[in-house]
Amino acid sequence: MAVMTMREALNQALREELQRDENVFLMGEEVAAYQGAYKVSKGLLEEFGDKRVIDTPITELGFAGLGVGAAMVGLRPVVEFMTFNFSILATDQIINSAAKMLYMSGGQYKIPIVFRGPNGSAFQVSSQHSQAMESWYSYFPGVKVVMPSTPADAKGLLKSAIRDDDPVIFLEQERMYGNKGEVPEDEDFTIPLGVADIKREGKDATIVARSLMVPVALKAAEELEKQGVSCEVVDPRTIRPLDIETIISSVKKTNRVVIAEESHPFCGVGAEICAQITERAFDYLDAPVKRVSGADVPMPYAKNLEKLAIPDVETIIKAVREVAYLD
Amino acid sequence: MTKQATPTPSRAGDEEASSTGVVEKEEVKTSNKADLRQEHQAQKDEQKNRIEQLDEETLLRMLHEMILIRRFEEKCAESYSLGKIGGFCHLYIGQEAVAVGSLAAIRPDDYVLTSYRDHGHALVKGTSPDEVMAELYGKASGCSAGKGGSMHLFDSSVNFLGGHAIVGGQIPLATGVAFASKYKGTDQVTLVFFGEAAVNQGAFHESLNMAQLWKIPCIYICENNQYGMGTSLERAMSLQDVSQKACAYELASEFVDGMDVLAVREAVARAVERGRKHSLPTLLEVRTYRFMGHSMSDPGNYRTRAEIEKHQERDPIKLFTASLKEKGILTDDRLAEIEKEVHEAVDHAARFADESPEPDPKELYTDVYANQ
Repeated sequence: MAVMTMREALNQALREELQRDENVFLMGEEVAAYQGAYKVSKGLLEEFGDKRVIDTPITELGFAGLGVGAAMVGLRPVVEFMTFNFSILATDQIINSAAKMLYMSGGQYKIPIVFRGPNGSAFQVSSQHSQAMESWYSYFPGVKVVMPSTPADAKGLLKSAIRDDDPVIFLEQERMYGNKGEVPEDEDFTIPLGVADIKREGKDATIVARSLMVPVALKAAEELEKQGVSCEVVDPRTIRPLDIETIISSVKKTNRVVIAEESHPFCGVGAEICAQITERAFDYLDAPVKRVSGADVPMPYAKNLEKLAIPDVETIIKAVREVAYLD
Repeated sequence: MTKQATPTPSRAGDEEASSTGVVEKEEVKTSNKADLRQEHQAQKDEQKNRIEQLDEETLLRMLHEMILIRRFEEKCAESYSLGKIGGFCHLYIGQEAVAVGSLAAIRPDDYVLTSYRDHGHALVKGTSPDEVMAELYGKASGCSAGKGGSMHLFDSSVNFLGGHAIVGGQIPLATGVAFASKYKGTDQVTLVFFGEAAVNQGAFHESLNMAQLWKIPCIYICENNQYGMGTSLERAMSLQDVSQKACAYELASEFVDGMDVLAVREAVARAVERGRKHSLPTLLEVRTYRFMGHSMSDPGNYRTRAEIEKHQERDPIKLFTASLKEKGILTDDRLAEIEKEVHEAVDHAARFADESPEPDPKELYTDVYANQ
C-alpha cells in the first residue's frame, strides 16, 4: 500500500491499463502536451507517445463519437471530458450511439469505452461548470455509471471500467483530486463494478453517500457518534448497476436512512434509491427516507451562496437527527 | 449562384493537383430544356466510355444489385401498406447508383456506415435479402435480431456497421472506425453515407476537421437527394455547394453525378486510393434524387409531379441499362433473367420474413450489456 492522491491513483490506473493493452488509448482536450487540465494524465504522453495519448480539438460531440466508432471495431478508448459539463455537447453520441449500439445491433457491436472526467462542483466556477450529471447518464440502460470516493476506489474502479466491455461513465470530483488515501500497488488490483462499499459500520442510521458526499458523511458520522448516534455509511460506488442489496441490508439493520448527494434533488439518483428502499424495505423503516441534496438552483458564484448550495457536515447531521427523531 | 438540379459529370480527384488538397470545381452550367437533352446525351456517352474499363461480370453484377434494391424496396412499400413492416421505413428508390457504385470500389473487409435509409447499403455490402427483410418484419432471424428495425440494420459478418437514425450521428462514428484502422495499421477504408441535411449538423463539421487533422482514411459520401424530409436544400443551406464545404477543412472533394453508377464508382475508387495509400479522407457530394417520399408516411406535398418526373428521366437503372445495351453487354434476355432472379430473391425474402418466428420474449432483456 502507498499513500497517494486521487489524482495519482487515477494516473496509475491509466498508466497500468495503457501498459497492459495496446488497444487502450486516451483522448481529450489537453490530455497530452498540457498533461491534463487537472494533471490526471501527467507523464502519459511522454511514456506512451502521441499515438495513444491524443490531444483533441475542442469538439466534444466529434471526439466522443470518434471514440464510440473506434470501440465498435475493437479499440478501448478512454475519453476525457475536461469537465462533465462539456459532455452535454456529446450526449447524442453517448446516449444515442454508445448506450444503444449493442442492443439495436442485436448483440453484434459492443462498445468498450470509458468517458471520464470531473463531475459536480469545484471552487466558485459558477453555473455552467458545477453540475453533477449522474442522474442524466444513470437514466439510460446500456451505460454503466461509476463514482469513486477514495483514491483506492478510483484506481480499482477505473481499471475495471477500462477492462469492461460496455460504455462506462466515470465521474470524478474536482474537489477530491487532492484527497489522499492508501492505494494497493498491485497491477491486478481491481474493484468490480456494481459492488457497494460500507465505508463505516453503524447500527442506528444509514447514510447513503457517493463521491464528494462520502468524506462529508464520514465526518458527520464521527460527530454523530459523539452524540450517541451510530451511523453506517454506504457508498454505492457504482450508480448503474446499483448494488441495492447492500443498501437494503443496511436499512434493514438500522431502520433509518439519509441519502446525501451533491446533485439536484429533482429526478435525482437519491430519488431513485429512495424509491427502491420504499419498494423493498418499507416495513423496516422507522422514519421517512430523508434526502440531503444540492440546492435546486443553478450554482451561484458568490462564495457564501455556493457554500449554501452544497450539503455539508451540519446538514447531514441535522438530517440524521431528524430521521432518528432526536430534535 | 446555386447549382442546378442537373449535375456536372464527375471530375478528376487528385489531391496533388491542388495545393490545398481540394479539387477545383468546374463552372456549373445553367441549362434550358434543349441543352438539358444534349447534356443527357453527353452523360450517356460518358457512361459508355466508363463501361469499357470494366469487365462484363462486374457490370452485370452492379446492374443486378441496382435492380435488387429497386425491387426489394418496392416489396417493402407493399409490405408496409399491409402492416407487415412497422415504424419508420425510408426507401432508397432513385438513389441505387450511389450505394452500388460506391461499394463496387471497396474490398469486402472495408467498413460501411450509413443513415436510416439503409436497406440498399446493407444488401450491397452482403447482408442477405432474407435477413434484411426479416429485420424489417421484426423477426428473430433479422440481421439485428429484430431489435433494430428498418433504421438499424447491422451485420458484423460483412463489416456493415449500421443503420443510424439521428441525422449525422454516423459521421463521427465512421471517423472513429477509420481512426481505428489507422491505429491498428491496416489499410482498410471506411465509407460513410449521409444525406445533405446532415451537412448542417455539427457532427459533420467536427468529423471533417478531425479527419483531415489526423489523416484518417474515411470517405464521406453525401447523398444529396435535395430534400431533408420536406425541406428543400434551398430552404435549409446557405452555401448549397456541399462539395465546397471541404475547403474549410482542406479535404479533397469531388462533385459526382449520382445517377451514373459508374461515375460514382470511379470517384469512390479515387477516394479509396487516397485513403488506402495516403491515409487521407475525402468528401464526395453525390447528386441524386429520391423518387419516393422521405418515408412511407410522407405524402410528398412539397414537390411537384413534374419535378419528380424530370428526375425519373435520368433513372439510374434506366440509364445504366440503356448504356449496357448500346454497348452490346446486355441483351433483353439477360435483363429478363436478372429481373427473374431478383424477383425470386425478393419473394423468398418476404416469405422467409413472414415465416420466421418473432424474437423470444426473453430477448427483451438481452444485449443491454455485454456480459449479461
